[in-house]
Amino acid sequence: MTLSQEQITHIAELARLALTDVEKARFREQLSDVLDYAARLQEVDTSAIPPMASVLPVDTVMRDDVARPGMPPEQILANAPDQEDNMFRVPVILE
Amino acid sequence: MTELTELSIHKAHVLLKKGELSSVDLTQAYLDRIAVLDDRIHAFLAVTSDQALVQARRADERRAQGEDNPLLGIPVGYKDVLCTKGVETTCGSKILSGYRPPYNATVIDKMEAQGAVMLGKTNMDEFAMGSSTENSGYGTTRNPWDTGRVPGGSSGGSAAAVAAQMAMAALGSDTGGSIRQPASLCGVVGLKPSYGRVSRYGLVAYASSLDQIGPFARSVADAALLLGAIAGHDPLDSTSVDTPVPNYTAALTPNLKDVRVGIPTEYFIEGIEPAVEQTVRIAIDQLKELGAEVREVGLPHTDMALPVYYLIAPAEASANLARFDGIRYGPREQGNSLWDTYCQTREAGFGPEVKRRIMLGTYALSAGYYDAYYLKAQKVRTLIKQDFDAAFGQVDVIACPVSPTTAFRIGEKVDDPLRMYLSDVFTLAVNLAGNCGISVPCGFDENGLPIGLQIIGPAFGEERILQTAHAYEQATEWHRRVPTLGG
Repeated sequence: MTLSQEQITHIAELARLALTDVEKARFREQLSDVLDYAARLQEVDTSAIPPMASVLPVDTVMRDDVARPGMPPEQILANAPDQEDNMFRVPVILE
Repeated sequence: MTELTELSIHKAHVLLKKGELSSVDLTQAYLDRIAVLDDRIHAFLAVTSDQALVQARRADERRAQGEDNPLLGIPVGYKDVLCTKGVETTCGSKILSGYRPPYNATVIDKMEAQGAVMLGKTNMDEFAMGSSTENSGYGTTRNPWDTGRVPGGSSGGSAAAVAAQMAMAALGSDTGGSIRQPASLCGVVGLKPSYGRVSRYGLVAYASSLDQIGPFARSVADAALLLGAIAGHDPLDSTSVDTPVPNYTAALTPNLKDVRVGIPTEYFIEGIEPAVEQTVRIAIDQLKELGAEVREVGLPHTDMALPVYYLIAPAEASANLARFDGIRYGPREQGNSLWDTYCQTREAGFGPEVKRRIMLGTYALSAGYYDAYYLKAQKVRTLIKQDFDAAFGQVDVIACPVSPTTAFRIGEKVDDPLRMYLSDVFTLAVNLAGNCGISVPCGFDENGLPIGLQIIGPAFGEERILQTAHAYEQATEWHRRVPTLGG
């Protein structure tokens, strides 16, 4: 199968990647190759087979609802590219 | 006396214990060797010399106060996928350049508690996506056996550092073969523990249902020591299993009289290099001579592991890597809106293979395609696990090649993703099924490049694979060969 240019643009948007036209063309070809290869999965009859998300049984892990020491804000913000008043600063989203 | 950097952990421990060697001297010997050799190999992204010597002095003090354990004062390297408090952790990506984690991964805390000394952070394919370390955002690591060739990946820096005696041992991570394949290509021991055996807390996530942290070492016995140090339940990782950690060193016996070894016919396929097949078959004969009962087993869905992996791993990665958006850490590319800032930051920060997998995973999870790709892959994953469960009903371990080829040339496969993905065709299924596996050196090809024997065990069957690998290693001389690098 070959992905269309529109599909590649749509996936890049979902993935929040500002791909260049050259990248879009290359990924269109390479992803199509990989998906062609993956098409062999359709040969396997899985009508009676449950999907597996993890090899371990899924357990809900509970702990007592008691306060524990957390990290101070300065430490959490130390790697932020932009900050103000103990908050992450981002571009304006509402004018 | 042997060069300090040639010692195994076990031998160094004896000397440290007797007071004939200090951790400071041992650590300095490694730092000196890194200074001489790493320009040629580029195994390290960062060498933490000052911190290493502080830790070494502290280890010597602890020993002087009567503390004794085998890792106290032992210099090691950590793959840059592991968070190290205050020490830059990039995961091989520009999008994390300058990131200094405010906490340690649990495995790092455990190694520090044992007194291990951190030499530095090792190079890797960006976000552990790759089989050659060529996808690092900071340059390629070179194979110590032939610097024109790749060390394998994604933990290529850890494997090369141990092979070139620039670290006594190292930690890496393995999502589809990223410990075993570079161990094989660099001629060292590499072990991927069972899913849930080792805490993933502080491991930068790639594919959470497949990732495991494990050791690289120059002998099986050293790998056993490291596994014992990092294994165990951790309340900070709900997928770490609360089952006791055995004494792995006690499992190392010299013969294999009680071990049944399965040979999967599906693993000796077209495309495997003749030298690899021949060498692995000779190794299997040696297992027989050591007393193992060898028989064929079937793993009928083997050829489905690659397509299953390349849908599930990118799908999980596309979700895990959504967090890198230039807001909380890493550099930001300011766009003209918040949305644009996300897109520009990610476009500038991620390399080609990471973008490719994010795109693939996003597509596999998107509306209209989820059932055909992701759900289908999860169902076939069930079949792959059932194959292994059935095989392990008949045998204790499975022996097969690690990778179909020896180390390939730098640049040879970078433009052909599908061909690169085939490097992991014999290792991927182990992660999909949650099993454990080890690579142990078993010979060389006509170019003098190392070949690894893979021994696979069922989930939490680490003692059996260590026992088998150790008995094989002790009966052969391959692990004693070292690359000629001078230094």
